[in-house]
Amino acid sequence: MLTGEIIIKAVNLTKRFGELVAVDNVSFHIFKGECFGFLGPNGAGKTTTMKMIYCVLPLTSGTLTVAGMNVNDNAREIKRIVGVAPQENNLDSDLTVFQNLIVYARYFDIPKMEAYKRAKELLKFMQLDGRMNAKIDQLSAGMKRRLILARALINKPQILVLDEPTIGLDPQARHLIWDKIRSLRRQGVTIILTTHYMEEAAQLCDRIAIMDHGRIIEEGNPVELIEEHVGKWVLEAAYDEEAFKSLVNIFPNVQIVGSRIHVSINKSRSVFRDVLSRLSFKEVVVRDANLEDVFLKLTGRRLQE
Amino acid sequence: MSITTSISLLKLPRLSYRVWKVWRRNLDVFMKTYRVNFIPPLLEPILYLVGLGFGLGGYVQPQDGLPYINFIAPALVAISMMFSSFYECTYASFVRMYYEKVFDAIIATPVSLEEVIAGELLWGATKSLINSSIVLVVTIVFGLVSSPFSLLIIPLSILVGLLFSSIAMCFTAIVPNIDSFNYPSFLFITPMLILSGTFFSIVSLPLGIQIFINIFFPLTHVVALTRALAIGKLTVDLILHFFWLLIVTSILFILSIGLMRRRLIK
Repeated sequence: MLTGEIIIKAVNLTKRFGELVAVDNVSFHIFKGECFGFLGPNGAGKTTTMKMIYCVLPLTSGTLTVAGMNVNDNAREIKRIVGVAPQENNLDSDLTVFQNLIVYARYFDIPKMEAYKRAKELLKFMQLDGRMNAKIDQLSAGMKRRLILARALINKPQILVLDEPTIGLDPQARHLIWDKIRSLRRQGVTIILTTHYMEEAAQLCDRIAIMDHGRIIEEGNPVELIEEHVGKWVLEAAYDEEAFKSLVNIFPNVQIVGSRIHVSINKSRSVFRDVLSRLSFKEVVVRDANLEDVFLKLTGRRLQE
Repeated sequence: MSITTSISLLKLPRLSYRVWKVWRRNLDVFMKTYRVNFIPPLLEPILYLVGLGFGLGGYVQPQDGLPYINFIAPALVAISMMFSSFYECTYASFVRMYYEKVFDAIIATPVSLEEVIAGELLWGATKSLINSSIVLVVTIVFGLVSSPFSLLIIPLSILVGLLFSSIAMCFTAIVPNIDSFNYPSFLFITPMLILSGTFFSIVSLPLGIQIFINIFFPLTHVVALTRALAIGKLTVDLILHFFWLLIVTSILFILSIGLMRRRLIK
């Protein structure tokens, strides 16, 4: 989905904390109903951008509109239609699982009976209905994330903001969250997420913006970005001077990444077969090109240290 | 601090009915463990009355014309207002703000940060109301307070609670970590507890100290008011004490919200 109604629009958005420029003059727009991801390493400005969207951080300069409303003047109205799952667990540990949703519903003026109904539905949707009366510290990390997601949905948001929705989760817990996000996306909720997992961005997002040092350095559909910047396949091997020298002759785009050699190609992977038979490599793999390769190519650095 | 930042700290907060939703959250948590919550305010004054009143009181001459135990009883009510609200909006609020991230969670909803802080202050005032009412009942049961005017101590406890909540919230807004609350505790609350006409009449203190505590120790005014109401001896100077409390509370209520705004909205 690349066209349609724009629901979020940022123009020259900047956020400074004293000397530090956390978000540096970025412009972007997000379409209604799409899943848009901000991908980048820690400190890239993703969370800061998110916090400006859900109106808890004032802008330094630029304009930001959410659902046609300016964030400077309409914070309350915007917050009413936005659901937020922050990166840091901020569930209310003085309350049970169920009370967390009920008390949160009250902040949105949702009537009590309606809140009970929604809370029950959401706990079921997030597969937490067996843990209604559990205390927060009795929940696993995955359950806490699911509860935060349930809480973010209590006001039936048009826009769902997910800051690192699966950080620190095991693969099973991660896949469960991904399923729920996809299901919400099908229901027409606009989803904005941040992640530094390239796989997450590739799996979930219609479009992504790659951020680094407070700037958006590239934007587009994940598959198209990979094809455009990297290609289809990547050959990766342990660094070896001889192998590197011979590879440079065949593939001028060969890169040294830490202690490894990367070669990417746009053609069929059979191109590598000939090289592999003639040269000897250590720890060699031929794999799909991914978003990390894109980031690496654009910044010369890895996404995750 | 420049003049503009000083002015922005005293900018009037924009509050709505949502303040009560924050207050209600704290009430809900309180009610989960209400049986335990009522024990300290019930036991503490009994200990003081038995130990200081009956024990020490036997050796102490009457203060301001009152038997010692009758003299300290209304002060215990005043002290409970101070303690309950001050500690609610220092340690307890700091835990909610810093460790539990409760404020962060709430400000992502239509409730604003200013309303969160105001809700916390009102909750601190409510703690003062609850605890001091229990202490008041204890003193009445002991037969130490009997004037019908003493019932006015109940609404007074809300104003006093709001005052000490606001003082507490100012500290909460500026401390780097939770251990720093030791400083206002030892340097402000403890001297105030002892010197504010609580356990002995302030007229026995040097004049300079009397002036100092009247200016800097709000508890002095609270004790004067509760004691007068408890014995039903109403005088004109009570109006001064009351307005002192009202004015200082209004300023600190606004200032504490301003300081929290500065701390949390970057």
